[in-house]
This record gives sequence, C-alpha cells and structure tokens, in this order.
Amino acid sequence: MSTLMRLWRNLPLKAKVGAVLFGLFVLCAIIGPELSPYDPSYANPAPNLLMAHPSAQHLLGTTQTGQDILSQMLVGIRLTMELALLVGVIATALSVIVGVTSAFLGGVWDEVLSVVTNVFLVIPALPLLILLLGYLPQKGQWATIIVLSALGWPWGARVIRAQTLMIRNRDFIAAARESGEKSWRIITLDIIPNEVSLIAASFVNTVLYAIATSVALAFIGLTNLNSWSLGTILYWAQSQQALQLGAWWWFVPPGLAVALIGASLVLLNTGIDELGSPRLRASRGAAKIAGRRIWPTDPTPVLTQLTASRGRLAAFAHSFSRGSLLDETPAGGELL
Amino acid sequence: MLFLLRRLAFYLVAAWVAITANFFIPRAMPGNPVESIAAKYPDLTASAFKALELMLGGGNQGGLWSQYVTYLGHVFTFNFGLDIANYPTPVSTLLAQTIPWTLTLVGVATVISFVIGTGLGILAGWRHGGWLDRSLPGLMFLQAIPYFFLALLLVDFIGIELHWLPTGQGYNGATTQPGWHWAFIGSAIQHAILPAFTIVVTSVAGWMLQMRNVMITTIGEDYVVAAQAKGLANRRVIYTYAARNALLPQLQGFGLALGYVVSGALVMEIVFAYPGIGLLLLNAVSSDDFPLMQAIFLVITFTVLIANLIVDTVIVFVDPRVRAREVAR
Repeated sequence: MSTLMRLWRNLPLKAKVGAVLFGLFVLCAIIGPELSPYDPSYANPAPNLLMAHPSAQHLLGTTQTGQDILSQMLVGIRLTMELALLVGVIATALSVIVGVTSAFLGGVWDEVLSVVTNVFLVIPALPLLILLLGYLPQKGQWATIIVLSALGWPWGARVIRAQTLMIRNRDFIAAARESGEKSWRIITLDIIPNEVSLIAASFVNTVLYAIATSVALAFIGLTNLNSWSLGTILYWAQSQQALQLGAWWWFVPPGLAVALIGASLVLLNTGIDELGSPRLRASRGAAKIAGRRIWPTDPTPVLTQLTASRGRLAAFAHSFSRGSLLDETPAGGELL
Repeated sequence: MLFLLRRLAFYLVAAWVAITANFFIPRAMPGNPVESIAAKYPDLTASAFKALELMLGGGNQGGLWSQYVTYLGHVFTFNFGLDIANYPTPVSTLLAQTIPWTLTLVGVATVISFVIGTGLGILAGWRHGGWLDRSLPGLMFLQAIPYFFLALLLVDFIGIELHWLPTGQGYNGATTQPGWHWAFIGSAIQHAILPAFTIVVTSVAGWMLQMRNVMITTIGEDYVVAAQAKGLANRRVIYTYAARNALLPQLQGFGLALGYVVSGALVMEIVFAYPGIGLLLLNAVSSDDFPLMQAIFLVITFTVLIANLIVDTVIVFVDPRVRAREVAR
C-alpha cells in the first residue's frame, strides 16, 4: 500500500488530475445505471415533455420522444467505458506479445512482424473498421470490441519492440541467459517488468483510441442502436435533427463526457511521459536576476551586462548598493 | 534514392495488403452480402448481379484464385463496377466527384495545423515553463474532443445562433455552379472555413506537444550550447540550430498522423453535410452499398500512402543524414 502511496505522490499534477477525472467516469460506469432516475428507453408521451429543456424532473432535458437524457447518459457511460477498457486490455496484450516476440526472436521473424506492424499503422483504421463492421450482420458490443482490438495494437507493438530491443542487449539479460534461464522466463520476469511504464502508456493510448473510435462508429450508426452508449445518444441526436431544432441539451452532455474522458486520458499519458523523462516537466520558467527575466535557455547572464543596460539614474543609485561590489565597472559603465 | 525505393516497396506491400483484405473481407464475413443486396434491391439486372458476385464472392465464378486475379485486374484499371444505390452510375464517377472536396479540405487544414502547431511548439519548447508551455494542458483538452462533436458545436453556435457562416454543403447551390470562377471559389472557401477550423483546432495541440518535447531534448544538445557560446543571435540559434533538427521527428510523425486526421475528417463531413468522400461513405453504409464502401476504403488508403511517399521525399531533401547513409553504404 505504501508503494502505491509513494507512486501517487511522485505523479505530476497533470497525471493526478487525469487519474481523478478518469476514476470519476469509472465510478459512474459502475453505479450509474443504478442511479438513473428513469428507464432510458421509456418514451414519456406527455406533450410538454417532448424535447423539453432541462428542468428539475429531467436534469438534462428530454429527447424528441420524451426520453430522459440523464438516464441515457448514466446507462450509456457504462457501455462505452466497458468497451474501451476491454479493448485496451486486449489490444495492449496483443501489442506486448507482438512487440516482445518480434524484438526477442530477431532475424526473419522480426522483419516480418515489423512489416506487418508498419502496414497496419499506415493503413487508415477508421475506413477499414467501417468496412468490417458494415459486413457484419450483427453489429453488437462484442463485434465492435473484437474489431477494435484487432486493429488497435500496432502503435503499442512498435514502441514496445523498440524498448525490448534496447533491454535485450543489457548485461542482466545476458547473465540470465548464461545461467540457463528459459526464454519465456526471461521474457516474463526480466523484460516485461522493465517495460511497465511503457505498457501503461500504451494501454492509456489504446483506451483513448477505443473511446474516440467507438463513439465515432456509433455516431455513424455502425453499432447496436437499441443499446445505450455515449455514441448511440449522439447518433439519435443527429438523426432526429437535434441540432436543427436547437436542442443543445441533447448532444452537448454526451459529447462533453467523451471529451472529458479523452482529456483525462491525455493528461494521464503526458503525466506518465513526464514521469519517465523529467526534463519534459514544466519547469518554474524564467528566473528574475537583477530585474531581468532569464530563461533556462538563455546564456549564463553576466552581471555587468545586466547592470550596464540600466538607465543612468538607476545605475547611479545601484552604485551605492551592496550588489555594486560585484560589478566589474564600479558605477555601471557609462557613467564614468 | 535507395531510401525512397525502399519506402516505395513498403507502400506497395501496404497497398497490396489493403487490396487483398478488401478481397477477402466480404468472403470471410458471416452471411452472404450479395444475397442481402439482392433482397434490398430487387430490380437489379442479371449482369449487375453477376458483377456483384465477382466482386463480393458467392455464386459460380470459378476458383478463388481466378476470382482474385480478375479482381486485381479491376483494381489496377480503377474499375470498381457500377454503384447499386445510384444504379447504373459507375463507382469511379462518384469517387471522382467527391475526392477533390475532401483532398483539398483535409490537405489544406492539415498543413495549416502542422505549421501553427510546429511554430507554437518551437516557442513553447524554447521558453520552457513560460505561459505558452503552461497553457498546453488546456490545449490538450481540445485534442480530446471528437472531431464531429466540435463540428456539432460550431454549427450550432456560429452557424445557427450567430448566422456568421453557412452550416452545411460545400458551396451555395442556389447562387453558383461549380467551375473555375470566383463566385464558386469564394463560396467554396466560405463553406470550408468551419470544417477546416475544426480540423485545425483538434489537431494543433498534438503537433505542438510533440514539437515542444523534441525541442526540449534538442536544446540540451551540445551543439546548441556551442552556438549560444559563439554569441549567435537567439533567433538564429532557435531556428537554424534547434528547430531545424527538432523538425525531423515531426515530419516522420506527419505520415502516421495523416491516417488519424483523415479518419476524423470523414466523420466530421457528415455533420457539415460536406460533399466529400466521408458523406459518400456514410450513405454507402446506411444503404448497404458494399461495392462503394470497398472502393472508398481503397481510395482513402491509396491517398494516405501517396501522401506518406511525398513526406518521405521531403525528408530526403531536409535530412542530410538520410542521404549520407546511402553514400556510406
């Protein structure tokens, strides 16, 4: 427990904000459906509840058919998060398998797997996903998860392969090999534990990809439209002309939720990045020396230069101060 | 040249993978696409039906290998058959109508976003910890917004509430006709502002973050310190010493990012009803127009591959190390 606490304390602020925000959405996915005040599919026939503005009864308003949008959101977040996390786990596992095998085996295997990885990286994913899902007669949650995982691994595989290549040549791997360790033991006990932060970053990235892509696919209508996810809410809002009728409460909350989940993952990722290479952290910025802003990238300041550029009066005043004892020219140059 | 030839070979492999996937997907998927098309469009002629079977499998068309060879021949002659939703318009005609719109929009917007993002990244990296650098988390929020959601917001606010810019279509069909005259070009630009703005806003932070990170590592290099020690002007050190070298990873990332931008732009076009290939793809999806979907996938992939090849050519000119490596061989 204390190691977890220490890890948390060392996290940059960005990563903490991201983690808390993402945790909120996970919580929402767990308890959201229980909290939802109405059945999300129930269409209230009361005429004053068709496309009603947000009110005390319906905190986020209603759709054109009188469905409660807050309930749809609370139920929908679960499906979206479930999908994204599952795709994250499966695709990251695939990228670890491909990346590590490729780097560890080397030779022809490495060549082949690298070409395959790069080909899948360069082919645009969304049109291929649309093609695959378009042909599927049943476009349910699982179909989307499988297809998204099948195309979500190349980026992580590439990064993990590069890292494994580096670790493979270290002395402790050679020592393990000399002492007769089996390959699978070297991979699972020596190599993978050294790549945890990279795998974490790759997982976060994959979850981000899964959320963005699944919502986009649902928005096009390539999903089970009878289930509630953030994407299907947006699909119905678009197809029922919410925009043209000015029903902002219909499409803003789900879109904002997607953006917030995405932002929390981006923050988490840059935070992990900074943990790995502290130089990327935002430093304190400019320091003030003798009334001038000095940036870390500026050449080391020379005090005479700084003081020489003062006005005549200021330089004269400065000559009385203790700091003037450090100057090379006593009264700041020009006055003499 | 060797570098370019190797890249070209790689892109040919990628194109072949895409073509082959395109051939096998309809045959491997459960269900028979030709039958579902026949059920949906009962008044298809027998010859159209036969062409569909050739493209999507099923029926008596000989062995898989001969089907594959015929298919390859059709792809190389850009013969994608006749569209079924708009029978008998050839698919290639539909593609030729829509590609210029998407290509211009995505191309121009991506270059704008690349230039702005890289410029801001240079400044943020140089003044590491300054106000621009500290505003990055805010900008990254913009990056997380789905393209189509930002598009919805812009249409709602600027198009419908404020009436500043048109909300949809590629040009004003009531006042002008497509052609090379100013009335049309002006109208097209006016209609492209919001879509282009969407792409720029959502993708600029990514360029900026990457450039900033590379800048920060580059600034720590000895040659930058040496340049400063020589007393060169800051501007010279920034642009010709640090940024020039930090730009190379940025260019290499450009090709990969392109696929991502294109994917986002496809969905965004739907919101703007922009007459590009994304809207065509949506219509194909909603009407189960499989031949059109397949052709669109191939065309988008080819375009991205060609764009990658262009970026590689630029890298050869910009990066002397790539050329030097070839001489050393």
